Amino acid sequence: MATRTGFRQAMAELHTWAGLIPGWVLFAIFLTGSLSYFRPEISLWTRPELPVAGLPAPAQVLARAQDRLQQIGAGASRWRIELPQPHWPVAEVYVWRDVPVPGDARPRFVHETLDPRTGRPAAARASFGGDFFYYFHFDLHLPWRLGRFIAGFAAMAMLVAIVSGVIIHRRIFADFFTFRPGKGQRSWLDAHNLTGVVALPYHLMIAYTGLVTLMTLYLPWGVEAAYRDRARFFAEAGQSYVPPPAAGVAAPLVPIDGMLDRVQRHWPGEAAGRVDVYWPGDAQARIVYTVDDATRLSHLADRLVFDGASGAPLRDGTDAVSWPARTERVMYGLHLGQFGGPLLHFLFFLSGLLGTVMVGSGLVLWCVKRRDRHAGAPDAGTRWAEALNLAVIIGLPVAVAGFFWANRLLPAALGNRAFLEMLGFYLTWVLCGLHAGLRLRQVSRFRAWSEQSAAAAIAFLLLPVLNAITTDAHLGRSLPRGDWGRAGVDLAMLAAGLAFAGLALYLHRRAAATAARPAPAVP
Amino acid sequence: MTKRNGAGRPRPFASRTAAAIGGGYLLACCWTVALSLLWPADAEGGRAAGVVAGTVSAFAIYAAAAIWAFAAPDARRAWLGILGPAAGLALMAAWGAG
Repeated sequence: MATRTGFRQAMAELHTWAGLIPGWVLFAIFLTGSLSYFRPEISLWTRPELPVAGLPAPAQVLARAQDRLQQIGAGASRWRIELPQPHWPVAEVYVWRDVPVPGDARPRFVHETLDPRTGRPAAARASFGGDFFYYFHFDLHLPWRLGRFIAGFAAMAMLVAIVSGVIIHRRIFADFFTFRPGKGQRSWLDAHNLTGVVALPYHLMIAYTGLVTLMTLYLPWGVEAAYRDRARFFAEAGQSYVPPPAAGVAAPLVPIDGMLDRVQRHWPGEAAGRVDVYWPGDAQARIVYTVDDATRLSHLADRLVFDGASGAPLRDGTDAVSWPARTERVMYGLHLGQFGGPLLHFLFFLSGLLGTVMVGSGLVLWCVKRRDRHAGAPDAGTRWAEALNLAVIIGLPVAVAGFFWANRLLPAALGNRAFLEMLGFYLTWVLCGLHAGLRLRQVSRFRAWSEQSAAAAIAFLLLPVLNAITTDAHLGRSLPRGDWGRAGVDLAMLAAGLAFAGLALYLHRRAAATAARPAPAVP
Repeated sequence: MTKRNGAGRPRPFASRTAAAIGGGYLLACCWTVALSLLWPADAEGGRAAGVVAGTVSAFAIYAAAAIWAFAAPDARRAWLGILGPAAGLALMAAWGAG
């Protein structure tokens, strides 16, 4: 082993590069991942036409969904009904036709959002809503699973950056309470340490469990070595249910809601989250109830299986799942963070934002260090990094606002509108990137950052106003109605707008102060 | 520690990075396969237990390998410390499969 300082120096170098190279991607993953904690709320905000009040009883919803599925999903290999929940008060139905039938031109996959009061497709604008940010945070909307591999590399690098960061950190406890603002490089280091250390267990957990959610994509070799049939592995690992093959003999499906009493007795104090029907209309049909995962830490979804032709309960259960597989399911559930109620949910969101700031401050710190070291003109690498920092750290939030603006400004009945919303997000982001690249050459850093922060502030502060002008689901209605999901999104936009306004004002003052001083050789 | 030649990055930096990323992944793969094949098949949960245990823990092995790649006194030992255990695990996996 090299000397102790040599070791520390090597770890510092590792920390710098493992953090910087995937840093911009990590920032985007952290921010959109944090937004994903409120995926249903965002989806509700982006589809203001969806009903919120008056959830019918689950039995009624199931009966209506079954009626609908008989119409659109006859002869399918599988149906799914997702029951309405308080934070997502509509039913989702899915149809899969995995076994192709020659001459059958019906689509292989159908998804409809049903109004639970009528059992008919809910009339609402097309939008990816919260799903947009959720998929972005691990898929980056790239083809060929490329985004998932990039996200995996970023998560792995973050894991290494966390471990090496802890090693180089001498005063881990003292830094809990240390922040010295307005001192340049020292302040950025404090901000990086503070946000890193305060939520350290969360950061470690979220990076590791993120890798675990896609582990058989990143490391398929264990499954390949031990199993010929991948589906069997997923069944034995407690990740999926494998039904018996279809009998090929027609038998009418019993009413799905017929066993609801039995299900509710089995999960006292909890609710069924979804119902899958395998081979509907076949003598070997299976009805599988899965418990709602909002109340459970483990994602080893407890299920009850019934014979679809007779309605009789069948022995199945997940009792045989081994402790390593159970551990993996807990890690999966930890990453999703749907258990534990609203307070924990909010703390997870807050920790995610702390992680976002940790990554962002680390990126800025790298540039500040480089600039302090080379007092003259910054090299090309530093200039690129500075432009990327502004384009991602402030530009991405502006693009998020751009997504919501597009959602309210595009006509509700427009064709392809969900795609155009996405385009709104990316176009806003590109504009921010151009602004960062151009303005950083023309004006001082403080000025350029202040301009883009002001844009973010205006975009977010005006969103609730735009919402009030264009829809009926604004704060004046959502608050008295108790529509907390939509009201929460509006209030969060106001909070984000105020935060960016404060930042813009602070940066504006710094820019003025810098300009008043005798000008340095190079801005 | 590594020596810097001129203004560029230290030479072994590239080698250590390759050991961390490429070597680390190879070691993680060997670890996963070895645990998948060597886990007692009659244990609770069958082969899935070994596969899941091997795959979940492989990310910690990967991280440890990356740390070692930069902690090792020189690049040669960085590679040796990663490829050595990988070869050992591969041999054990082959023995377990055969």
